[in-house]
Formats: sequence, structure tokens, C-alpha cells
Amino acid sequence: MQITINGVAADVADRITVAALVRDRVEGRPRVAVAVNAGVVPRSQWEATRLGPGDSIELLAATAGG
Amino acid sequence: MTTDQVVPAFEAEEAVDPFLLSGKTFTSRLLLGTGGVPSLEALERAVVASGTQLVTIALRRVETSTSTGLLEILNRCGVQLLPNTAGCMTAREAIRTAQLAREAFDTAWVKLEVIADEQTLLPDPIELLDAAEQLVADGFTVLPYTSDDPILARRLADAGCAAVMPLGSPIGSGLGIGNPHNIALIRELVSVPVILDAGIGTASDAALSMELGCDAVLLASAVTRARDPEQMALAMRHGVEAGRLAAGAGRIPRRWHAQASTSMQGRPDL
Repeated sequence: MQITINGVAADVADRITVAALVRDRVEGRPRVAVAVNAGVVPRSQWEATRLGPGDSIELLAATAGG
Repeated sequence: MTTDQVVPAFEAEEAVDPFLLSGKTFTSRLLLGTGGVPSLEALERAVVASGTQLVTIALRRVETSTSTGLLEILNRCGVQLLPNTAGCMTAREAIRTAQLAREAFDTAWVKLEVIADEQTLLPDPIELLDAAEQLVADGFTVLPYTSDDPILARRLADAGCAAVMPLGSPIGSGLGIGNPHNIALIRELVSVPVILDAGIGTASDAALSMELGCDAVLLASAVTRARDPEQMALAMRHGVEAGRLAAGAGRIPRRWHAQASTSMQGRPDL
């Protein structure tokens, strides 16, 4: 199915969980945060949260700033 | 404990002047931002030289290869992470960014920035206060970057912010402290720590902040964009310490005319 990850269209497995997406996309970077359709998905909900077609995902990590 | 036990001077000094922030005790009164750093190596040297214990980071889309390295370095330096909400222009955005940072970094501390536009980078006071109130209610330790308006600072403190962080001058400008009277007035009006944030250009600006009564200084560009970040970090550390000592020592009053330091009595007739 088609979703958007960090503003870029992506093709992922149907009903993929947030946890699986993080494992696929940001391996080795445990300290990330995830928003789906601008809503915060707490880490404790990653396994239970399944994505749907057209969802917009933000995968965020630390960068220098401030 | 025996009475003749000798306490080293530096330890005694640390013990009598701790920096208390939201229930945590720090010995350094310099908070360092990481924005604008030329390389991770330079950042690590600057963090070490500054003696800082609290370092800001930002949250951005996973793309940059620096993310893992950045956290590794900060972890190695043993500093506490202070996520910011840099770039947010509404309370809604800032709140979500703070919540995402809490998930990513396991900290409920946030440097709250809600800016009005990209040209001035000045805080939007209406959105800022709104975001602060909501984040305090959500259990965050809120450290708001604010303008040097004493009344807004008081409103933020009354809203439950753990400190107020007034700007000296616009972010990255290096113009120093534009309105020292307001900074001193903020110190008078609130009981939470006052952290001078933004506008610091060089070590004397940091010292002046502390002389005005600030409890700590947060700076980034002045160090990260200096020709020699490590050396400037050390200068800032000394500037903050010198200003803190001077503030506690009680400066002499300013006088219109000179006052001789050497007595005229006993002057020889030559």
C-alpha cells in the first residue's frame, strides 16, 4: 500500500505496524519518535498501531540544534 | 567526621553554589546548544571545554547521518539532554514536538520555543504562553525561550514553568544584551531560575548576564560558530563563573566623579 514517510511516497506491506516500519527504516537508531497523520504514537503503542493506505508518517530523530 | 578534615576549596565552592533547576542540582551554570556546529568532533571538544551539564538538541526527520553520532557523543560527555521545539510557530506544533521528543529521548524536559517568523525568530508570546500552560498540565518541565518582557516572564512563571529564559537579543545575532534593565527586572519579578537565552556574542556578554542576576546562561552560536569553538567554550565557562562571582561579591556603586584609592594624607612636600 502507498503511504507517505517524511514527505516522500513509499510502498509498504499492507497493515504494517509502526514497530515494523521503524525496524525497516531506522535500524540502529532506537531513539526515534513517530507521528502518524500528525498524531503522536507513543513507543508503547508501536506494536499495536497498524498503518492504512494514505497515512502520513513522520520518523524523527535527534539533530544538532538550539 | 573530624574537625581537622580539610575540604578542598573547589569542592567547598561547588557545594555552596549549586544551580537548582526543577529539583535537579547542577554545578555548571552554562547550558550549551548544539546548533551550527561545524563537526561532531568540534562539538565534543566544545562540550568538554564548556563544562556544561545540560545540552539542547532538536528533533528532525530521520535523514541526517549525524543523529546517532550526536547522541553517542553527548552520552559519552555525560550531559543531560534538553530537547527543543525549534522552528515551531504554533502552540499545537510545539506541544506535539515536545511530546515526540519525550518519546524519543525519555525526558519530560523541554526547551519551549514558539517563534513568530523566520526573519526575527522572536517568540510569539500568545502561542508561547498557551503551549507552556498545556505542557505544564501534561507533566512537562517547561523551560520557555521568551522575549525580555518582564510581564510575559512573570506570566510564564505563574503558569508553572520551571524557569524563564529571556533573550538578550535575537537568536544567532551575537548582539549581547539589548535591554539589561528588563533582564534585571525579570530576575526581580519571578522566583524560578532565570536563564539568559539567545544573543550572547562573547564571554563578556555571558558575564554581564550573570552580573544582572541571571542564574544561568544558554548559548549556542557564540560557541559553535566561533573560529575556535573549543576555546570560546572555555571562555564562556569562565565568563559565566566570573559573572556569578561578581554578582555575589557586590560591585561598587557607580560614581560621577573620581574617588582616590590612595589616601592624600601623609603626602610628602616635594
